[in-house]
This record gives sequence, structure tokens and C-alpha cells, in this order.
Amino acid sequence: MRSKNIMGIVFSNTNDEKLSELTAARTIGSVPFGCRYRLIDFALSAIVNAGIYKVGVVTKRNYQSLMDHIGNGRPWDLARKNGGLSMLSPYGYAENGVYKGKIDALYGNLSYLECATEEYILMTDANVVANIDIEKMIDRHVKMQADITLAYKKGISGSIYLDLDEDGIITGVNTDSDATLLGRNVSLNILLLRRDLLIGLIKNAYRHNFTDFGVDVLQREVGNYKMYGYEITRHALVIDSIQSYFEANMRLLDKHVRDEVFDPQRPVYTKLRDDMPARYGFDAKICDSLIADGCVIEGEVKNSIIFRGVRIGKGAKVENCILMQSGRVDKNCSLGYIVADKNVHIKEGRTLMGYKSFPLVIGKGLTV
Amino acid sequence: MKYKTECIAMLLAGGQGSRLGALTKNIAKPAVPYGGKYRIIDFPLSNCINSGIDTVGVLTQYQPLELTDYIGSGQPWDLDRLFGGVHVLPPYQQIKGTDWYRGTANAIYQNLGFIERYQPEYVLILSGDHIYKMDYSKMLDFHIRNQADCSIAVIEVPMEEASRFGIMNTDAENRVYEFEEKPKNPKSNKASMGIYVFNWAALRYYLTEDENNKNSSNDFGKDIIPAMLADNQRMFAYPFEGYWKDVGTIDSLWEANMDILNPKMSLELDDPGWRIYARTRALPPHFINGRATVQNSLVSEGCFVDGEVTDSVLFSGAVVEEGAVIRDSVIMPGAVIKKGAVVQYAIVAENAVVGERAVVGKRPEDCLDKEKWGVATIGPGLQIPAGKIVEPKAMLGL
Repeated sequence: MRSKNIMGIVFSNTNDEKLSELTAARTIGSVPFGCRYRLIDFALSAIVNAGIYKVGVVTKRNYQSLMDHIGNGRPWDLARKNGGLSMLSPYGYAENGVYKGKIDALYGNLSYLECATEEYILMTDANVVANIDIEKMIDRHVKMQADITLAYKKGISGSIYLDLDEDGIITGVNTDSDATLLGRNVSLNILLLRRDLLIGLIKNAYRHNFTDFGVDVLQREVGNYKMYGYEITRHALVIDSIQSYFEANMRLLDKHVRDEVFDPQRPVYTKLRDDMPARYGFDAKICDSLIADGCVIEGEVKNSIIFRGVRIGKGAKVENCILMQSGRVDKNCSLGYIVADKNVHIKEGRTLMGYKSFPLVIGKGLTV
Repeated sequence: MKYKTECIAMLLAGGQGSRLGALTKNIAKPAVPYGGKYRIIDFPLSNCINSGIDTVGVLTQYQPLELTDYIGSGQPWDLDRLFGGVHVLPPYQQIKGTDWYRGTANAIYQNLGFIERYQPEYVLILSGDHIYKMDYSKMLDFHIRNQADCSIAVIEVPMEEASRFGIMNTDAENRVYEFEEKPKNPKSNKASMGIYVFNWAALRYYLTEDENNKNSSNDFGKDIIPAMLADNQRMFAYPFEGYWKDVGTIDSLWEANMDILNPKMSLELDDPGWRIYARTRALPPHFINGRATVQNSLVSEGCFVDGEVTDSVLFSGAVVEEGAVIRDSVIMPGAVIKKGAVVQYAIVAENAVVGERAVVGKRPEDCLDKEKWGVATIGPGLQIPAGKIVEPKAMLGL
């Protein structure tokens, strides 16, 4: 089986700084998403669903919550004797302290890469919400005899844009953020290449003191290697701001999006919590909402994403909100456009409103 | 290295549960779904691990495939252990021949070798037929404190129902002096819950004696307990208080599901100090659509609700399409209720499909002849055609 000849590398910290409140005490990979997931679940699930059972997760800082979530990798079937999950910590080599960028991080873990026997490496960030068929991407890579294949999605927001010729070959890698250019090819930072090629690129970049993989490696090497774009036609979004986080959650309320993201052929796995099913009270009114196990809902919920173990009291109104794990909304509260982190307690009768383009974020464990 | 276990549990899970009809046609009773995401066996298994008992033998016989698959390595219950853990024990071939489990006692007898591996002081005998939460370690303490040879958990049932149970007659110190199986004129209301703690040495002796008795039915209640009583062994009734329900019939299974919706019910499935674990599939959260109403109901992961759901339990992945009405019903994993169908007082089993505008079951108040009313059951995987009417008390798919 070809898939066994590939290993995965997941970067858990990309864009941490852009989700300020939510990543205050966690990596972007461990940001809660979609009622019961963490963002990294999408990358890990896509990898194992392609039959790849050797994955290194690169961490940088704030990774306690990530370690807690991933554990030994069992929920993703990554607790293996051969391969399985490896946490690649930021102190891989003593010389320079914590990593600066991807190049630095991979250089610090060169021994992990060099000791591997897999022919290919699939590298991905942990901030993409998608259910990508990596097997198809691999097929395409092999068929085109590509050196590097980079997944992209048209017309979404992101930070790296690709220029492609009519054969799908990448002719340019850009980082300008010209918002007027719609329908551009946005890199999802999911790329496939030979392991020896990656090691060579990393060693070379490190010698030149480069830090940014996108700019310093991909952009510079565009003409030197056969780089193909691989278009993702199904739903895919890059989370790189509070707004895009909010938007990506809300998009799950669209059945079409859910059907693509939660494709039963390629399930999205996550750590289990053993909650009982959600309970609805006599006066509950719910519509257009995605709700996890363990919730007790007695009030009104509309257009919202409700995580595991949230309790919403009688007479409370929750509209266009994201309420994370174990939150409590007491009686007669009224909430709109709120992103409440884990264990937030909104006391009786409070009214809190954000705005569609500016959802109000309430930090972990706060009481209002 | 650990080589000894103080107390191990033996879980009798081989019963057919024939009164559940179509629900146990292809699966053993302990594998029957319950409470939105659980199966009956999750309760004794979770009770074991929560009570600190980490070695469990599960005796299977009737339709074991699904149950064996479900238990797997025991990981969901934290029962995957280097020493101990959960072991599925089906009947097997021996040098002297091949034998099915002839009774509850014989099933344990055939696995003496398994028990001996752990050199236990005590053996806890459980069944996979009941919904309850119980701290077995408290019962074990009671057993040790009383220097008992056998302790039997009992629950007080209404006196008028006592004649349906095995009744323990005890003195003031809870010592059992008499056991009566389904007595016509019960002297007490202490019903045996089918949960026993034995001193292993005593149990081994009586199991061997029982095996040598050709007239024995090899049953705990009918043979072992009476034999021990006759020998004046120290037998004590351990009083249990709390929710306990035998889910052996369609009506009781339905009731036990409805009990979860009752705020006064004492089972408390959401107690963080006594979680009930289950093996679950990776399903997305459930979605309640714009036109749907959901009241006083339990809804599990993977459900999609576009209709009206009242006083019901929806299991993982159940689908209620536009305009469908579900009242006082139990919709098991993966079942689909199509547009405009009405399901009332019914159990729709796993992956069954109720066609458009079909009508399943009736409310008791709409039934003129009370004798004809009962919970309707649609068997696993059945397809009910569009517009079909399924009478109350029906059992389809047998």
C-alpha cells in the first residue's frame, strides 16, 4: 500500500498570534471548534483517513492544552507500535532555544526526519477546516511526477497566494494581501514532497539563515522544482483571525458544508468525553443550531454552535453565538454574537451583544 | 508484577432476552441500545471500573458477534490492562468434549481456569440485564465486614410485585435465612438483583458440587444459593437503594428510556463522579433545523432533526425528517423517520426506516380497547413503506 510510504508533519502553532484571546493559553491547533473538535482534529483525521499512521506534531509554545487533547493519539488510532504519534518539542536541539519558524523547527528535528524510512512527507498546518482526501492528492502527485504538490482553495482568505499555469504548475508564490483580488488561489499550506527533498531544502535554508518556509523556500524555489497546485473543490477555510474563526464555525450550520466536512467516509476524530446525550427541557426552543452531547438546554437557541456540557437556563436567549465546553448561561440572559471560551459563566439576566463583524470574545473561565 | 487480584467480576452476558423480540434477534440482550448512546452492558462495565474492579470476565453465548465487537479491547471502559482487564469468555471445546453453557452456574464452572489465574479472594457475579449505578466496592466492604460466604444485593420492591422476584427473607442483621423464587405469598419485599459476592473458596466448592449433581439445573438462583443456605453458610442481603430496572421486556425497555426524561429520576447519567462509558462512533454534533421543535427529549451525536420531537430519546445518528412527529418514543441509532411520518409510543430499532406519512403506534388515550394498547416495535433495519399504519403493541421484524 502506497500510503504506508508517507509520514505526516503537523504544525500546531501557525498564526497563533492572530487569534489573541483564544490562543492566550493554547496553540491554534487546540482551539475548540465546531461543538466538539479542536482545529488540529481536521489535519490529524485527514492524515489517518489516508492510511498514514506516522505523524509528528510540531509544537512551539503554549502546548499544554494540545498535549492534553492529543495524549498518545488513540482517538485518531495513532497509538501505534510502529510509527504513530510523535510530539516534536521546541527544544529539539539546545543551541538556539525555541523555534523561530518552520525551517528552524524542522531543522531542530532533522534526526526525526532522517531516521524515518518513508519516501514522502505530508506537511500541514493545524488551522484549516476541511475534510481533504489526501489519497487523491498523493495520486496526483505521483501521476504528475511532481517534486512538490501544494493544496489550494480558490477565493477564500489566507496569507499565501499561488499563481498557476494552465497545467496546474505553480509559477508564483505571493504573500501580498491585496483584498481587491477575488477568487485567488489561496494556499492551504498542505504540501507533499519527498522526504530527502525536504531535508535538502531545510538544510539549505538553515545555512542561509532563512526562517519562513512559504517565502524563503517555496517562493525562491518556484522555478527550480516541479511544483504543482492541487485544487480543493470541497469546503475549506483557513482560520487566521477571530472573524474567520467565527465565520468558519457558523458555516457549519449550512447542511452542504456539514456534509462535506463530516463526510461519513472520512470521519473527523476527536478526544472523547463520555457525556450523556443532550437534554432539552419542556420550554426549549431550538433552531438552526449545532449542539454537542452533555448539554442541558431549557432556553432558546438560534443559529449557534453549542459545545459539550453547556447549560442554558430557562428564558435565556442565545443567538449567533459560539459557547464552548462546560459554559453556563443562567436564566433570562440574552446573548448575541458572543464567543464564550470554556467554562464561562453568564449570570442571570445579563445581556451581551457583539456584532456580526466583531464577535465579542469572553476569555476562558470568566464570570459575567 | 502483579499476580493476584482481590476481587474479580464475572458478567453473565449469554442470555437471549427473548422477550425483547426483534431487538434481540441478531444481538445478545446486553448489546441492546439504551439511553441515546449506551448499551445495557455499559452499566455493569462502568460500575466495575468506577468501583475499582479492573478484571472482568464476560460470559457470552447467544449471538455474541456484536457484543464481542463492542467490548473489543475494553478501552472505552479503561479495561484494557496489562494484568486483568476485560475478557470475553465464550464456551469452548475441551478434552472431554464440547459443551454449551448449561446455566449461569455452569458458565462460571466452565471458566474456573480463568478465575484461578487471578487467585481472587472474592468473585462478583453480575448480569447484563439491568440499568443501574452501583458501587460494588461498598458491597464488597459489607461482605467482608459480615465475614459472609455469600452476599446478595437486594432492592425493596412494592409488596404487590414481590411475587415476580426472587425474595430474600432476612433477620435484623440482614442475614438471609430463606430464599424463595417468585413466592405466591411473599414474606418480604427484598428482591434479589442477581448480583452476588462470593468467597472464591466457597463458590468453587459449591460450583463443583453442583456440577456433580446430575439433577441440577446449574443455576445460581435455583441451585447454588439454596444449596449454600441448606448448609447454613453465612449469607447476607446487601440492601441497595437507587434506580434499578430490569429491561427484559419491550415495555420495561421503553419505560427505562422514558425515565431518563423524568427530572426526578435518580439515575443521573451526567454525574461526573460516576460516568457511564460507552464505545461511540466518530459522529459530528447533532443539528436542529429551523422548523424543528424539540422538547423534553434526549438527542445524541450525529442526529438531524427537522420535525417535531417531544418526550423522546433519539440515539446517535437518528434522522427525523421535515414534518415528522415523534412522541414518547425511542429512536435507536441510525434510524430514519421520513417526512410526515408519525411515531408515538414506539421503539424504532437500529437503522430501521419509517416511510413517509407512515403512522407507528398510538397514544393510550386514542386506543378504545385498552387491551390492544402497547408500545409498538420496529425491528432493526426494517423498512416501513410510505403511508403504512403500524398498530400499537405490534412487533415487526421478528
